[in-house]
Amino acid sequence: MSRTLETLAPILLVAVLLGLWEAACRLTGVPAYFLPAPSAVAAAMAQDWALLLGSAWKTLSTALLALAFASLTACSLALIISTNRLLEKAVQPLAVALQVTPVVAIAPQVVIWAGLAHPDRAIISLAVIVAFFPIFSGALTGLKSTDPDLERLFDLYGATRWQRLLRLRIPSATPFVLEGHKVAGGLAVIGAVVAEFVAGSGGSQGLAWRILESSNRLQTAKTFAAVIVLSLMGALLHAVLQASEQAILRRFRGR
Amino acid sequence: MSPVASLIAVEVAYPGRGTVLGPFDLALTEGEIVALVGSSGCGKSTALRLLAGLEQPTAGTVTRTPERGQTAVVFQAPTLMPWADARTNVALPLELAGMAKAKAHDQAQEALKAVGLEHAIGSKPAQLSGGMAMRVSLARALVTRPRLLLLDEPFAALDEITRRNLADDIHRLWDQTRPAVVFVTHNVEEAAYMAQRVVVMSANPGKIAGQTIIDAPLPRPLGFRTSEVFRNAAEDVSHDLAKAMGHVQ
Repeated sequence: MSRTLETLAPILLVAVLLGLWEAACRLTGVPAYFLPAPSAVAAAMAQDWALLLGSAWKTLSTALLALAFASLTACSLALIISTNRLLEKAVQPLAVALQVTPVVAIAPQVVIWAGLAHPDRAIISLAVIVAFFPIFSGALTGLKSTDPDLERLFDLYGATRWQRLLRLRIPSATPFVLEGHKVAGGLAVIGAVVAEFVAGSGGSQGLAWRILESSNRLQTAKTFAAVIVLSLMGALLHAVLQASEQAILRRFRGR
Repeated sequence: MSPVASLIAVEVAYPGRGTVLGPFDLALTEGEIVALVGSSGCGKSTALRLLAGLEQPTAGTVTRTPERGQTAVVFQAPTLMPWADARTNVALPLELAGMAKAKAHDQAQEALKAVGLEHAIGSKPAQLSGGMAMRVSLARALVTRPRLLLLDEPFAALDEITRRNLADDIHRLWDQTRPAVVFVTHNVEEAAYMAQRVVVMSANPGKIAGQTIIDAPLPRPLGFRTSEVFRNAAEDVSHDLAKAMGHVQ
C-alpha cells in the first residue's frame, strides 16, 4: 500500500500542479505568449513531435559523440599524467583554470575557430570541453587511490611498472572513471545546448535551435515543448548512465 | 642453523617523529615461528617491513636469504583486489613472477583448497566473510611456497572463534613447508599459542623488553589452550609486557 503510494505520489503532484496551471491560465486569460496552458504545450508537442524528436536526436547524438571523445582523451591524458609526478604538478593549475572557466565565455571564440560554416564542429568541441573534466579528474583520482597495502604487495613481488598499471592502478580507478562518465553525460548535454545557443542560426537544428526559433517568434508553447523534451532527454540519459554504472560495478565487485 | 633473515642493530627514524625502532636485533632460524608482541606504535610492524625488504633501516643491517618471491606478507586487512575473484587474487604473486596464467590459476586453486576454500574459488572479496577473505590472503601468501612468512596482526579484525580456527590452520599449513614465520600481534594469549618464541617489545623507540621460549609441539595438541605450559608461557609474556609498559620494576 505505502509502496504504491510512494510511486504514485510524484505523478499525483505533477497532475495537481498541471491542473492548477491549466485552471489559472483559463481563469485569468493570460496571453499565450506569456504563459501557455499545459494543454497548449501538449498540442504543440503533438503537432511538432517529428521535428522535436529529430532535434532531440541531433542534440543527443552530439552529446554522446562528445562524451565518447571526452572519454578517450580524458582517460588517455590521465594515464599519461599519472605516471609522472612532475607532469601532474605542471598540468594541475592549467586544468583547474580551464575547468572553472564557464563554457559560455569561450563559446564565441570556439565558434570562430571552428569556422562559421561548421557550427557542428564548434558544438562538438564545446561539449567535449565540458565533458572532459569530470572524467579526467575521476580517472586521475582513481589511478592514485590504490590501497597502499596492495601497492606494498606489488613491491614485494617485484611487479613491473606495466604490471602495476594494468593489474592494480587501472582496475582501482574503474569506479571513479564510471562516476566521472555519469557526471560528464549530463554536462555533455548542457555543453551541446549552450554551444547551439551561441552558434545560433548557423545551421544547427538541435533542441536549442528549436527553443531559440520559437521564443523569437513568441510561440511560447513550442518553447515549452522543446524544453520539456530536453529535460526528458537529459533525465533518460542520466538514468541510462546510472544503470550502466551500477551494472558494471555489480559485475566488477561481484555484488 | 643459519638465519633466514636477521635484523642486526637496526634503527629506524622518521623525520619529525624521531627514532621509532631500535637499536633492535632479531634473527630468524629456518622453520621457526616468532611472535612479536607490543603496544600499538612500538615498531613491530616496522620491524616486519624491514624483514620484508619493504623499508630500509636508518642504521644497522638487514640480512635476508630468501630471494624475491620467497617472502610473503599477510596484512591486517585481507588486502585483496576487490575486482578479482579468489583464484585470480591468489594467482597474483605467480603471475607477477611471469608464470603462465593457466598454470598460476591451477596452483592458486590448490592453495585455496589447502585453506578449505575450494567452494569459493570464483567468489569476489565482497562475497566472502572476514574469515574467508583472510584465508584467501593466507593462500596468496603461501602459493609461492615462501621461506619467510610475515604476518602483521592477521587476526585483528576477526571474531574469537574464527581466530582460533585460523590459528590452527596456520600451524597446519606451516607444517607442510615449514617456512620461518614472524607473527605480529598485541594479544598475549595469541602470541603464546602461535609461536615457539615470543619477543616482547617496549615502545618509543621499539626495543626488546623480554623473550619467552615455549617448549611445546607445533601444531598445538588438542587442549593446549588449557594446559599448564600455555598458561605459564602466557604469564611470562604478560610479565614481560607489564615490564615493557613500566608497570613492573
